[in-house]
Amino acid sequence: MTDMASPIAANLSFHTSEAAEKRLRRRYAAEQRFKIYGIVAVAIACLMLVVLLGTILREGVTAFWQTSIRLEVTLDREVIDPQGTGNPADFDRGAFQDMVQDALYARFPDVEGRRERRQLRELISPVAGVSLAARVLAEPSLVGQTVEFWVPASDPINQLNKGKIDRDAPEANRPVSDQQVAWFDTLAESGDSRTGFNSTFFSFSDSNYPELAGIWGAAVGSFYLLLVTLLLAFPIGVATAVYLEEFARKNRFTDFIEVNINNLAAVPSIVFGLLGLAVFLQFFSLPRSSPLVGGMVIALMSLPTIIIAARAALKAVPPSIREAALGMGASRLQTVTHHVLPLAMPGILTGTIIAMAQALGETAPLLMIGMNAFITEAPTGLLDSSAALPVQIFMWADRPERGFVELTSAAILMLLIFLVLMNSIAIFLRKKFERRW
Amino acid sequence: MSASLTVGILLILSVIGYWMGRSRAVAVAGGRIASLHSVPNYYGLYIAIWAGLPALLLLLFWVAVKFPLIESIVLDSLSHEMIEAWARVMVSPSDLEALLQRLPNLEEAALTTTQEQLLLINIGNIAAGQAQYVNPAVVDVLRPAAEHYNQLLSLSNWAVFAACMALAAAGLFLGRQRISPEFRARNNVERVINWLLIVCSLIAILTTVGIVLSLLFESARFFAQVSPVEFLFGLHWSPQTAIRADQAGASGAFGAIPLFTGTLLIATIAMTVALPVGLMSAIYLSEYAPRPVRSTIKPVLEILAGIPTVVYGFFAILTVAPVIRDLGAAIGLDVSSNSALAAGVVMGIMIVPFVSSLSDDVINAVPQSLRDGSYGLGATRSETIRQVILPAALPGIVGAFLLAVSRAIGETMIVVMAAGLQANLTFNPLDAVTTVTVQIASLLVGDQEFDSPKTLSVFALGLVLFAVTLLLNVVALRIVQKYREKYD
Repeated sequence: MTDMASPIAANLSFHTSEAAEKRLRRRYAAEQRFKIYGIVAVAIACLMLVVLLGTILREGVTAFWQTSIRLEVTLDREVIDPQGTGNPADFDRGAFQDMVQDALYARFPDVEGRRERRQLRELISPVAGVSLAARVLAEPSLVGQTVEFWVPASDPINQLNKGKIDRDAPEANRPVSDQQVAWFDTLAESGDSRTGFNSTFFSFSDSNYPELAGIWGAAVGSFYLLLVTLLLAFPIGVATAVYLEEFARKNRFTDFIEVNINNLAAVPSIVFGLLGLAVFLQFFSLPRSSPLVGGMVIALMSLPTIIIAARAALKAVPPSIREAALGMGASRLQTVTHHVLPLAMPGILTGTIIAMAQALGETAPLLMIGMNAFITEAPTGLLDSSAALPVQIFMWADRPERGFVELTSAAILMLLIFLVLMNSIAIFLRKKFERRW
Repeated sequence: MSASLTVGILLILSVIGYWMGRSRAVAVAGGRIASLHSVPNYYGLYIAIWAGLPALLLLLFWVAVKFPLIESIVLDSLSHEMIEAWARVMVSPSDLEALLQRLPNLEEAALTTTQEQLLLINIGNIAAGQAQYVNPAVVDVLRPAAEHYNQLLSLSNWAVFAACMALAAAGLFLGRQRISPEFRARNNVERVINWLLIVCSLIAILTTVGIVLSLLFESARFFAQVSPVEFLFGLHWSPQTAIRADQAGASGAFGAIPLFTGTLLIATIAMTVALPVGLMSAIYLSEYAPRPVRSTIKPVLEILAGIPTVVYGFFAILTVAPVIRDLGAAIGLDVSSNSALAAGVVMGIMIVPFVSSLSDDVINAVPQSLRDGSYGLGATRSETIRQVILPAALPGIVGAFLLAVSRAIGETMIVVMAAGLQANLTFNPLDAVTTVTVQIASLLVGDQEFDSPKTLSVFALGLVLFAVTLLLNVVALRIVQKYREKYD
C-alpha cells in the first residue's frame, strides 16, 4: 500500500494523472449539466402550467363583474300593455328597450341628432330591455311607475371600465369614442355607474351579447350528459370487469375482448364522434344535439377507462377472500357480490370519478353530434337540444367581441374548478379506503 | 305511453314480482325455509327477472327502431301531389326538374337522401308542434303527413306499452307457477346474470365493430364518387363542392396528402417539444429528485394531464400564437396567425405528462441491480442513466413515444382552434396548415347533406385516422409488452 502512495507512482497512474483529473472534472461537469437539463425540463412543464392557469385567471376573473348604469326608467302603462289586460303574458317585450333608451336620452338631454344619439345608445347594452322586462314580469305592480334601474352597460363600455381597453390609445384604434368615454366618466363621477357581481354569467345561457351570456344552460347540459354517461358506463364497465376478472375462462374469446378494450382506450375521441353520428343520429334517428346521444357517445369512450380501473381494483382483492367464501359454500356470484365487489368498490369508484372528469372535458365528439348549436335556453330533458360546458368554451373562443374572451376564460375557470373538485374527491376516496392486505 | 313511464311501471312490476316470488316460496315451503333449494330471495329475483327483463328488451329494441320504421311508413304513404307541392317550394329548381320526372315511376325512390331528410325534418317539426321552424308555404301541405306521423307514433307507443305489460304479466304468472321447493332458483338467476355480464363485455367489441362498419360503409360511398388513389395520393384538398349544379365554384378536390403532411408537421413539432421535456422530467424525477420534490411535481404533471384539450386550444390562440407571431415579426419573419408552430408547441405541452408518466414507469422498471453494478464500476449518475438505464428502457420509451405520436395525430381541439383551415402542402412550421382532425371537425359542423362527397370524405379521413392510430397503438403495445420483463 505504501508503494502506491509514492509520488512517482501517482504521477504515472491512470487515475491520478493530470489528464485523469481533467477527465474527472469533465465528467462531473457533464453530470451537473445532465442534472440541470432535468431540472430545466421539469421547470418548463411547471412554468407552462403556471402561465396557462395565470393567463386564464387574469383574463377570466374580470368576467365575474359587470358594469351597469343607473337610469330612471318610466314604465308607461300604455306602451308596455297596449291591450290593457294587465296580464304580464301580453306585455309588449319590444317596448322595454325603447324605454331604456328614452331614459338614457333623458339623462343626457343635450344630446341631439341621429348620430350622437346612436353613439349615446352604444353606452348601454342593446339587450338591456330583456333585463328590464324580466324585472317587470317578476313585479307587475311596477308598471306605470318611474323606477330606478341598473342597466347593463354595453360590452365596450364594460371593457373600458375594467381597464381592458386602453383609454390613451388613438381614438380610431379602440371601440369606444372619446365622446363615449366622456359620457361614461360623467356617469361614473355622479355615481350613476357601478361594477357589480355578474349574476348573469351563472344564470343565463348562450347569447350573442357578452353582457347577456352565461354558462347555466351549458352547465345543465353537461350535467345531463354526465348523468347519461354515468348510468351507462358504470354498470356496463363494472359488469365487464367482473366478467373478465372473475368468471371468464382464459381463451381466445376473452383475449379478443381484452385486446378490443385496450384498443378502444386509444382510439381518438373524434372517431367516437363519427360513430355517434353514423349510428345514433343517422341509423337510429335519435335527436341531434341532445345530451342523450352525447352521453351515449362519451359513455362508450369512458368504458375502457372504467373497465381497466375496475379490473385493477378487483385484482387487488386477495384470493384468500374468494377462497374463504367459496369454502363456506357460497356460489361464485355470491362470492363476487357479497365479498369481492364491496372490497373493490372504493377503487372502482375512484376510477369512475376520474373517467367522469375526463368525460366532463371532452369536446370533439360532441361537435360531431351537433352539440355546438346555438342554444339560448337550458335543456329540460335528455332529448332537448343543449350545449355542454367545453363546447360552450369552444364556441365562445371563436367570438370576435372582446367580452367573450373574458367569458371564455371564466367558463374555463368554472370547468377547471369542477375538474379539481372531482379529482380531489377521487384522491380523498383513494386515501380513505386505501388498504394493504 | 312514453318510454320512461313504461320503464317505471316495469320496474314497479319487477319489485312486486320480487315480493310475490319470495312470499310464494316461503308459503310453498310451509314455513320450513330449510327445505327450499335456494334462499327465498332468489325465488323473488327469479320472478323479478321474468317480469322485467323480456319486456325491457322489447322496449329497448322498439326505441332503437321506432323512428326509422315510422318515418319509412310515413314516406311511403305520401301521395305524389303532396311530394310535388312540397318540392316546388323546398327543392332547388335544378333538382326539381329531375325529381318531377322520377315521381310518376312508382317503383323507384323518387327523393334523394338529402331531400328525404329535409322532408322528414319538416314533417317531424310540424308533428312536434314546432311549425315555426318550417317554411310557412309547406306547413299546410305537410300537415296531414304530420298527423299521420303523430298517430303512428302514439299508436306504436301504446301497442308497445301493451305488449310490455302483457309480457310482464305473463312473466309474473309463469314464474310463479314454477316455484316449488325443488326449483333451483339460484342457479337460474345466476345463469341469467352470467349472460348479462357476457353481454356487457361484448359492448366493447360491438363498439369497435360499430366504428369499423360505420367508417367503412360511409367511406365506401365516398370512394364510389372519388377514387381511393386520388384520395390517398392527390396533392390538392378543397372539399367545398357546389351545392347546386348551376352554382359557380369548385367541384371539389379530395387529395388528402396536404392533410397528412399538415398532421405530421404538427405532430413532429409536438413530439420535439414533448419528448425531450417529458423524458428529461421523468429521468430527473425518478433518478435525481429528492422525495418531497417528486411528490410535489408528480401531481403538477397530473394536473397538466387533466386539463381539457379545449383549454389548451384557447391558450394557444390567446397566448402562444400571438407570442410566436410577435417573435417572428421581431426577427423579420412572416408568421401566419394560425401557425403550425403554435398548435404544435401547445400540443407538445399537452403530451408532456403523458410521455413523462409512461417513461417514468419504464425507467422505474429497470432493476436496481443494473444501477448498482454501474455505480460499483465508478460511473456517475448521468453516465449510468445514459449508458445503462436508457438502453435498457429504450423499447419501453419507444413504445411510449409511439403512443404519444398516436395521441398527437388524433388530437382534435387544439388544432381545430389553433391550426388553420386552408390545406397547404408545406413543411414550413410558420405557415398555417390543416390536419385530418381539423377537416373532420370543420366539415361536419354546420349543415350537412349525407350524399355529398364533402360530407362523406370525413368518414374516409376518419378511417385513415382510425387505421393509423390503431396501427401505432398495436405496435407500441407490442413493443412495451415484449421487452417489459426482459430483466426479471
